[in-house]
Amino acid sequence: MIQINNLIKSFEETQVLKGISTIFEKGKTNLIIGQSGSGKTVFLKCVLGLFEATDGDIVFDNTSLKSMDLKTRALLRQDIGMVFQGSALFDSMTVEENIMFPMKMFTDADEDEIRDRANTAINRVNLIDANHKMPSEISGGMKKRVAIARAIIMNPKYLFCDEPNSGLDPRTAILIDNLIQEITQEYAITTVINTHDMNSVMEIGEKIVFLENGLKQWEGTNREIFKTDNEAVTKFVYSSEMFKKIREIYIKESN
Amino acid sequence: MIQKTFGKFTKWNVLKILIVREIDDLILGSLGIISFISFFVGGVVAIQTAINTDNPLLPGYLVGFATRQSIILEFAPTFISIIMAGKVGSFITSSLGTMRVTEQIDALEVMGVNTYNYLIFPKIAALTLYPFLISISMALGIFGGYLACISGGFSSHADFVEGLQLDFKTFHIVYAFIKTFLFAMLLATIPSYHGYFMKGGALDVGKASTTSFVWTSVAIIIANSIVTNLLLT
Repeated sequence: MIQINNLIKSFEETQVLKGISTIFEKGKTNLIIGQSGSGKTVFLKCVLGLFEATDGDIVFDNTSLKSMDLKTRALLRQDIGMVFQGSALFDSMTVEENIMFPMKMFTDADEDEIRDRANTAINRVNLIDANHKMPSEISGGMKKRVAIARAIIMNPKYLFCDEPNSGLDPRTAILIDNLIQEITQEYAITTVINTHDMNSVMEIGEKIVFLENGLKQWEGTNREIFKTDNEAVTKFVYSSEMFKKIREIYIKESN
Repeated sequence: MIQKTFGKFTKWNVLKILIVREIDDLILGSLGIISFISFFVGGVVAIQTAINTDNPLLPGYLVGFATRQSIILEFAPTFISIIMAGKVGSFITSSLGTMRVTEQIDALEVMGVNTYNYLIFPKIAALTLYPFLISISMALGIFGGYLACISGGFSSHADFVEGLQLDFKTFHIVYAFIKTFLFAMLLATIPSYHGYFMKGGALDVGKASTTSFVWTSVAIIIANSIVTNLLLT
């Protein structure tokens, strides 16, 4: 579980996050949504520790980030898996070496054990015949799978994904969404996903936090988002005619 | 940056592979171009000296002497370093810059890797072998000068060799390697800085490489002037 308490982040005079509080539960896919410039990426980077929060606190399973010394923070990072928007695979390494990398860096396991674990992760994300390929030789969807495999090889407690299905075709995007949700439930991970994709919101949004201008405007589940009358949320989520129709049908059916 | 580069070391098993890879990329990968340039520039230096000192009152060994001094004191350590600022420096800046743009550095940081040590230290370690490249440049430059003189009939074997041995000061070699080592550190750190702290997209990688080349060259020229003033005057 990750608890965010009144998180504030400023860059010089500009306050980007204006006091956000929420809870991301274990074994659930937690989604952060909002328009470009709403503070989603800054929020994610603060939670990840890439940006130092100006005020407020982030609590990882009852341990406050503020109270952690550098050594504890370094250990915490080994419990974190991250899937970047562009996958961020190391382009000088093969797919297999990319996945093995965190274990090589942070464990004393021998080569065979690391390879076994890597193959387990590779099978879990359904990557076929890609072990010895370079990242430049595989498709966008496969890159995301490699990034997910690399993120889960250390059995993380927390998984962060920044726009995991951006640039993917709709079918692959749904497969990646479902894969993340399955892994979240299977390994009981606290997953936080930063997304623009309304399909993801509807499909896997077990908890949704809507940000606008650095403030949390709304939170709820993918079922509750159909019923909300929060103007900011409805403007953002139901900006397309198709989603408006889906909403109408859902409300009609549930009545 | 330097402080963080030497803080929290990466596991030796991983680091040694990175250092070997950097030696391959930065040192062995430069061997060809350095050999080629040194050999031919050495030849041109010798020919130019011979053509401009053809007065019969000047001793025949002058060509060998001037070639040796030019190559050892300036051409090999300083001008090869400026060429390397273009080759090695641009490579370092663009590779780190691309890693920054594609979030690979962020990925390492999220994992808890000391990215300064992981990315920059192997380059510094590899470039401690840079004097090896410069010694090859010195040898090939002089050899190129010798071949050009003999084959072009500008000097005899005996005169050229006499010139090479004339008034030889070991300290000149020490001076050349002191500045070579200093230039190696500039070649490793300035391009790394420009690549690591790069901001923007693909176009900015190119801009950062150019900026890094300019600043590394300027730093080498200034350092050369300071070291020469301190050690030779």
